[in-house]
Amino acid sequence: MEIHSQSIAQLSAGLQRKDFSSEEVTRAFLDRINSLDHLYNAFITVNEEEAMSAATKADQRIASGTNEILTGIPIAHKDIFCSQGVKTSCGSRMLDNFIPPYNSTVIGNFNDSGAIILGKTNMDEFAMGGSTETSYYGPCYNPWNTNKVPGGSSGGSAAAIAASLTPGATGTDTGGSIRQPSSFCGITGLKPTYGRVSRFGMIAFASSLDQGGPMAKTAEDCAILLNVMSGNDPKDSTSADKEVEDFSANLSQKIDGLKIGITFHNDAKNLDSGYQNCLEKALNQLEKLGAKLVEISLPKNSLAVPTYYVIAPAEASSNLSRFDGVRYGYRCDNPENLHDLYTRSRSEGFGDEVKRRILTGTYALSAGYYDQYYGKAQKIRRLIRDEYLSCLKNVDVIAGPTTTGPAFDIGSKNDDSISMYLEDTYTVGANLAGLPAMSIPIGFVNDCPIGMQLIGRDFEESKLLNVAHQFQHATDWHLQFPIKKNNA
Amino acid sequence: MGLEVHLQLATISKIFSGSSTTFGGTPNSQACSVDLAMPGTLPVFNELALKFAVMFGLGIDAEINKISVFDRKNYFYPDLPKGYQISQLHHPIIGRGTFELFLGDKTIYQIGITRAHLEEDAGKSVHSHFDKESGIDLNRAGVPLLEIVTDPDFRSTEQVISYLKALHILVTYLGISDGNMAEGSMRCDVNISLREQGTDSFGTRTEIKNINSFRFIERAISFETNRQIDILEDGGEIIQETRLYDSELDETRSMRSKEIANDYRYFPEPDLLPIHITDDYISKIRDSMPELPLAKRSRFLETYDITEYDADVLTSSREIADYYEEVVTTCMNPKLAANWIQTELLAKLNKSEQSISESPVSAKKLGLLLSKIVDETISGKIAKQVFSVIWSTGEDPLLLIEKRNLKQMDDSNEIESIVQKVIDQNADQVKQYLSTDEQKRKKLLGYFVGQVMKSSNGKANPKAVNQILSDKLSEKS
Repeated sequence: MEIHSQSIAQLSAGLQRKDFSSEEVTRAFLDRINSLDHLYNAFITVNEEEAMSAATKADQRIASGTNEILTGIPIAHKDIFCSQGVKTSCGSRMLDNFIPPYNSTVIGNFNDSGAIILGKTNMDEFAMGGSTETSYYGPCYNPWNTNKVPGGSSGGSAAAIAASLTPGATGTDTGGSIRQPSSFCGITGLKPTYGRVSRFGMIAFASSLDQGGPMAKTAEDCAILLNVMSGNDPKDSTSADKEVEDFSANLSQKIDGLKIGITFHNDAKNLDSGYQNCLEKALNQLEKLGAKLVEISLPKNSLAVPTYYVIAPAEASSNLSRFDGVRYGYRCDNPENLHDLYTRSRSEGFGDEVKRRILTGTYALSAGYYDQYYGKAQKIRRLIRDEYLSCLKNVDVIAGPTTTGPAFDIGSKNDDSISMYLEDTYTVGANLAGLPAMSIPIGFVNDCPIGMQLIGRDFEESKLLNVAHQFQHATDWHLQFPIKKNNA
Repeated sequence: MGLEVHLQLATISKIFSGSSTTFGGTPNSQACSVDLAMPGTLPVFNELALKFAVMFGLGIDAEINKISVFDRKNYFYPDLPKGYQISQLHHPIIGRGTFELFLGDKTIYQIGITRAHLEEDAGKSVHSHFDKESGIDLNRAGVPLLEIVTDPDFRSTEQVISYLKALHILVTYLGISDGNMAEGSMRCDVNISLREQGTDSFGTRTEIKNINSFRFIERAISFETNRQIDILEDGGEIIQETRLYDSELDETRSMRSKEIANDYRYFPEPDLLPIHITDDYISKIRDSMPELPLAKRSRFLETYDITEYDADVLTSSREIADYYEEVVTTCMNPKLAANWIQTELLAKLNKSEQSISESPVSAKKLGLLLSKIVDETISGKIAKQVFSVIWSTGEDPLLLIEKRNLKQMDDSNEIESIVQKVIDQNADQVKQYLSTDEQKRKKLLGYFVGQVMKSSNGKANPKAVNQILSDKLSEKS
C-alpha cells in the first residue's frame, strides 16, 4: 500500500516496524502537496525544510526507542493555531505578516509527541464561513469535484486529508467548522466537548463556542490525535480540569444495546432523497451492529441558527478588536492620525464576511439591544442545552445528518449569507450545548460524499469514537478517496 | 460628592498574566504576549488579586459576593491592547460596606461604599520623545486594580481628604497596595454635584478624572465647585460629563460627554469562569487578616499609657506601629518609646526624607538604647548623643556605650569627690545659696548640678548628684 493511502495507525505501525522512515513518509506527503495542491489550494504555508529536519529527528527518536505513537507522523494544522516561527494568518490579510513567537498548546502538544508539521491549512477568514471561500489566500477546492467547495471553515484540513496530502490534521469548530467540511470531503472529524482541548494560541472567533479537534480518514486516527490534543491547560481557564482517558482504548467494544436517538423523521423533510437514503442505510447498519434506535425530538434546535448568529458575532466583534494595526498584523500606509490608522487598517485588513459579522455583533451588544439580542440568545442557548441533556438521559448518542446536502458549487452562495448560515442547521446545536459531536462518511450523493453526525454526552468522546469505529469496521465509505476513485 | 478610587493591588504579577507589576521598568519590558493581546492568548486570573480584594472587603466589613463575574468593556484606544478592558459590571466581587471617618472635631462620619470590583489597568501613551508620533508603554497594562466606589456621601473637601488618607492607611495596613499616589497606585475620580440648600435632590454631576495628589484633589474640587456655582447662579445648566484636572492651569476642562459618546458594549467575559467564593475561603482569609488601623489605635490607647495624639501618629502606618511595638517590647517603656519615636526618629526621618522602613536605626537598636535609659545606665542626654552616632554609623548602641565609656557614674564616692570639687570651686555661689530663700536656692542647685554633670562629661547619675549635693549643702548650713 502506498504511503499516502495509509491511515495514521498504519503509518505509525510501519514506522515502528521500520518498513519506512519518517523522512520517507514526510517526503512522500510533501511531494504530493508540491505536485497536487495547486488543484486544491488546501495549504497556506508548506513547512518543507522544518518538516524534513523534524523527520530526521523523529527517525533518531524511533531508533532510540523513545518514540510515541505519533512520532514521525506528518500532520497539518489549520492556520488558526499559532505556530512558533511559522506564519499564522487565520486566512486573513490582517495576519498575512504574523509570525507568532509562541506555540498554541495544541501544536506544542503535537510537537512534544514527535509529530511533524507539514504546513498550515487554508480556512475561511478568522474561521467565519462554511466554504473556505472567504480566505485571503483564495478559495480551497473540494478534491472530489473541484467545482465544489470543501466546506469550511476547516476546509483546507478536510481537503488535504481527502486528497491524501496529509494523513491527519487539526481543525476548529465554532458552529460546524470541523464536521461540515468532514462531511463534504468524505472524512472523519470530531468536535470535542467544550473545554476538552485548550484554546490557548488558537485564534479566537467566538470564545464560548470555539473548540479544536482532530480530522482524519478514520475514527481510529481521530482517537490517536485527540489523545495528544486533549487535557487541562493552565493557560486556558475554560479548559476542563478533567482527566484524559485513552480515547483509543474502547474503540473495539461492541455497541450491542447502545441506544441511539434519531431525529430522522423530523430532519428528513429538509433533506434531499439521496441523503435520506444514505442516512437510512447508515442507521440500519448501526442497528445491525446491535444498537437500538430511539426516535427523539429536539424542537428547540430550530432556534439554534438564529441564536448562534447572535452569540458568535457578538463575541467575534470583541475578539477581533485587538486587530487594530497598532502592535502587529496589517497596518495601513501613512495613517494621518489614530482614527485613520484604526479605520483603514481594519477596512483594508478584514474581508467582507468578517466585517459583516463584526457589524452584526457590535449591533447585538449595543446599549438598548443587548437584552433583546445577546441576553435573549444566552437564555435560549441554555434551553437548547437543557433539551439536549434531557434527550441524552435516555439515549447514549444522537445520530442525524451533518449537513443539509452534499458540497455546493463554488460561488453559489456568495451573495446569500442567510442560505450560507443555514448550512449550519444541524451542527450549531452541539456548539451551543458544548457537547462532543463528530461526522463520519456514509455514502455519496451526486458523486460527492456526505456524512452522518453523532452527538454525545459531555466528555463522552470515547463513546462517539467507539460507535464511529464500529461503523467503519463494517463499512468502507471512509476508505473511498477521490484519487483512488479516479484511478479505479 | 462621591469618589471612585482605582487602587493598584500589590500583586507580584499582573491580574491576567505572569508579567511583573514593578513600577518604572524600561517601557514594554514587563509586557508578555497576553499583555500585548497577541492572537490566541488568553487571560488567567491571578488568585492573589482575589485574596487582596476579599481582604479589602473584610477590612470595611462589606458584603463579599459569593459569585462574581468578569465582563468585557469594549472600546478602542492604543493603550488598551485587546480593544476591551476586563472589568466587573453587574456582579462585582465586593458589595455594600461602610467606611468610618474620624474627623478633626472627633466626630465619626460614615461613608457608604457602593461596591468594589476587580479590573485590569491600561497601558500608557507616551507623547514625548517621538517626533509626530506617540509611543505606547504596556508595562502597566494588566496591573490589577480594585475600583472602590462610594455613595455620594461627601459634603466637604476635608471629608474627601480624610477618607483618602484613611483608605491609604487601611490598604497599606492590609498590605494589598502600596497606595503610592505619585506612582499612580491610588488614583481618584471625583463626582461632584451641587444641591440647593433645603432641597433633597442632587443636581447634575460632573466627574473629574485621575487626580494624583491630595493637594490637586483639593484644588480640583474647589475649582469645579466654583465653576458649577457660577453656571447655576447665571441661570445655566450643568452638563453631565467627564472633566480633566489640569494642575498647571489649576482648572478642570471637559474631556468627553461620556453618556453620549461611548457605548461600552459590556458582556460577560467568555474567556474566564465566574469566580466562586466559599465561606471557608473567606474565613481562612479573615483568620489571617492583620490588625486594622482603628483596632490598633484603640489597643494602643488601652495597653500603652499614651495620648490620643500619640496613638494617631503611631498608628498612621503599619510600619510605624510595628516599629513602635518592637521598641516597646525591647525597652519596656511605652511612653518613652512614643516620645522618642516622635521627637527624635520621625523628625530625623522627615529631614532626610526617608520612610521608617528605611530608617538607619532599627527598632531593635532604638529599643536597646532606650532600655539603657530605663535601667539608668545612661541619661537621656547621653542617649541622644548615642542615637546621633548610631544614626550615621549603624553601630550597636550597647557596644558603643561600652566602647566610649558612656555608662552613667553610679559610684557615690566618685560623684562625691566631683561634688566636693564643685563646692570648693564655687565658694561665692555656695555662700549665696546658704543665705537666700527657697526660690533662689532651687535655681542655684540647678547650677551646681549642671557643673557636676559637666565635669563628669554628663555621665554622673543626675539623681545621685542631686541627693549628694543637697546632703553636702545642708551639712554647711
